[in-house]
Amino acid sequence: MTDIAQPLTTADGKPLKGALMRAQARARRRAFLLVLPLLAFILITFVFPIGQMLYKSVYNEGFTWQEDVTTGDRTPIMTNLAAWFDANPPGTEPNEEAYAALAADLVVLRELKAPGQAGTRINYELSGSRSMFTKAARSANKLEPPYKEALLDLDKDWGNPDLWQAMRGASSSYTLNFYLAAIDRERDADGSIVMVPENRQVYVKLFTRTLTLSLLITFLTFVLAYPIAHLLATLPLRHSNLLMILVLLPFWTSLLVRTTSWMVLLQSQGVVNDALVGMGLLGDDNRLQMMYNRTGTVIAMTHILLPFMVLPLYSVMRMINPSYVRAARSLGATSWTAFRRIYFPQTVPGIGAGALLVFILAVGYYITPALVGGADGQLISNLIAFHMQKSLNWSLAAALAALLLGGVLLLYWLYDKLVGIDNLKLG
Amino acid sequence: MTTRASNDAFVEFERVQKSYDGETLVVKDLNLTMPKGQFLTMLGPSGSGKTTCLMMLAGFETATHGEIKLDGRPINNIPPHKRGIGMVFQNYALFPHMTIAENLAFPLEVRKIGKSDREEKIKRALDMVEMGRFGGRRPAQLSGGQQQRVALARALVFEPELVLMDEPLGALDKQLREKMQFEITRLAHDLGITVVYVTHDQTEALTMSDRVAVFNDGVIQQLAPPDELYEQPANSFVAQFIGENNTLEGEVMEVRDGIAVVRLDDGELIDCKPVNVSKPGERTRVSIRPERVEFNKSRLKPGAHTLKAEVMEFIYMGDIFRTRLKVAGNDEFIIKTRNAPDQVRLEPGAQIEIGWLPEDCRALDA
Repeated sequence: MTDIAQPLTTADGKPLKGALMRAQARARRRAFLLVLPLLAFILITFVFPIGQMLYKSVYNEGFTWQEDVTTGDRTPIMTNLAAWFDANPPGTEPNEEAYAALAADLVVLRELKAPGQAGTRINYELSGSRSMFTKAARSANKLEPPYKEALLDLDKDWGNPDLWQAMRGASSSYTLNFYLAAIDRERDADGSIVMVPENRQVYVKLFTRTLTLSLLITFLTFVLAYPIAHLLATLPLRHSNLLMILVLLPFWTSLLVRTTSWMVLLQSQGVVNDALVGMGLLGDDNRLQMMYNRTGTVIAMTHILLPFMVLPLYSVMRMINPSYVRAARSLGATSWTAFRRIYFPQTVPGIGAGALLVFILAVGYYITPALVGGADGQLISNLIAFHMQKSLNWSLAAALAALLLGGVLLLYWLYDKLVGIDNLKLG
Repeated sequence: MTTRASNDAFVEFERVQKSYDGETLVVKDLNLTMPKGQFLTMLGPSGSGKTTCLMMLAGFETATHGEIKLDGRPINNIPPHKRGIGMVFQNYALFPHMTIAENLAFPLEVRKIGKSDREEKIKRALDMVEMGRFGGRRPAQLSGGQQQRVALARALVFEPELVLMDEPLGALDKQLREKMQFEITRLAHDLGITVVYVTHDQTEALTMSDRVAVFNDGVIQQLAPPDELYEQPANSFVAQFIGENNTLEGEVMEVRDGIAVVRLDDGELIDCKPVNVSKPGERTRVSIRPERVEFNKSRLKPGAHTLKAEVMEFIYMGDIFRTRLKVAGNDEFIIKTRNAPDQVRLEPGAQIEIGWLPEDCRALDA
């Protein structure tokens, strides 16, 4: 019998507890070293760029710092104006002092050859203002007091209160103005938040469209995938393998190929329209418009995202023993009741997983709506791409993307609350 | 095969056939009648058609030929949910997303039974299987034995007259299985329900049933009470399948006065009871139960034929001794003797003579 009061020791007399802990720590270190390459890869290629991007949505130094590309020297710009903004609350009428500060800053801009950069930053919020900065900087040296009149002589738009509000917002590197812009809001001359004029309201409409189309696509994939998945799960292996290949074949085909084949099918001189006209169901002069609009986006995306719904559903359904339905039938349930009360509830984890997967993918989908969506079928991601590539307003693109990310995370959280994430079965 | 066109027939199979592929018959010409309140077991190796028969009775498979009647009514075209047959599945098939009480409520809800009535029935059914405290649990939170009890309660809660059980104890350990065997028979007896029970475990079949139908190759080989099945197997399949059995092969020499003399393949003569043989010259397979073999000459009838045997192996099993012998060229011949104070322990290598009463030795089909 071992004396219980005596601490346990290893064969060479060291305390057993410490030895065990050392051995476990070694194992943990080894495990950590094994995952280190992946961890580093994810940090460098995924977490860091995303963090950088999200940072850009609240930080823009276009109106505060100038960086010399060749030497890398950083010089603060627009300092005089920033000081005046700090001293005067929003809504203050710009006085001679303010115009003098602006003139002094324009001289600095001219020396640094940076009026374009500062103008671009203001141009994000008030289009047409970039040229004002380049023009004013060119003649900055010749400006004489009173500066207010001198500048207004150059361009009377220098007196525009919106311009001053835009400059006030941009005078600090950290700003939430891009988020405001991303939800169609801006600050008026008094600094309070208002809707942008109706003709410039695009983002909220696009977010709503993205959400509704994604929901519609999720629902359509569910309706189409449920019977297929059921068939896959219940057919004998020989047949279900063939069916599985049919499901996976498009999955393995290039996204671009699939999208362009939808273009071949759906365009007004395309296969579907030709067939309908050929069968006499449609007159030649009123062919269906299924492309370059919302219909095209929905049809093509439903098809492309279908496997993401089929596979989780299939993996859940395959695990449901057929004896459950048999038991329900033997207990007196009609086949409909057995489906509704016994089979369907057991497939809910698969539905949840598939719906979440399809919805998240649909919300951020880019190529398909860009190719078949036309103007009407564009989604928010197309606009993010536009700001990344065309308008080069990366901060706004980042703000839009951050809102999208936030929305998806919110839905994920909601799903966890309602269904529970441990119920998620992806395969 | 016993076929009785009795008036008290509750379940009847009439010339029932079943084929899945249209080429081979899984069930061939099945005739079976059972009265109300009987406990009938379908016993057989896997693939013998016993589960198919059960599924046809439950309504999950359709007979390709013949008629199945329940209480005098043909049920071939009645869907399973209208047959009112309780069923216990091999894997229990308790609905995992419902609590135990909800599982039991299910058959009552689909029958539109009122809430207070329902609760009373559920309580009674759960108490019956001693699971009254577990109504709020989920199936996954119960042990195998507990799930089995709940499955039983669910099959009984809507008071069916016929309950089918498809290898319900297959997943339990030995001790629990024996306990449940006893409980199921007690419940069936107390409630007066008719039970059709499918198993491949012969002990289960023998201990639980009023009658056992031994299936092989889609045909009922013998339908008899357990003792008759064990002591008077109708053919060599049943003799082999039920209990331990020694077989010796030979040729019938003569049949007289209810005794057949058989010449074994090594030339020795033995006396048997003719079962499936009638005339000299037929090949036969002789079956003797290990506990009916006698090696103490004083207990044999005078003039009985004896055989020479060599002891190969002696196995001490506690309550019995199991001795393996080489008899007439067969070295898998087993005898069992009780561990009594005066019992002889045979040494390997010993030469002995064995014999038996002619009525214990049955000459069956070859």
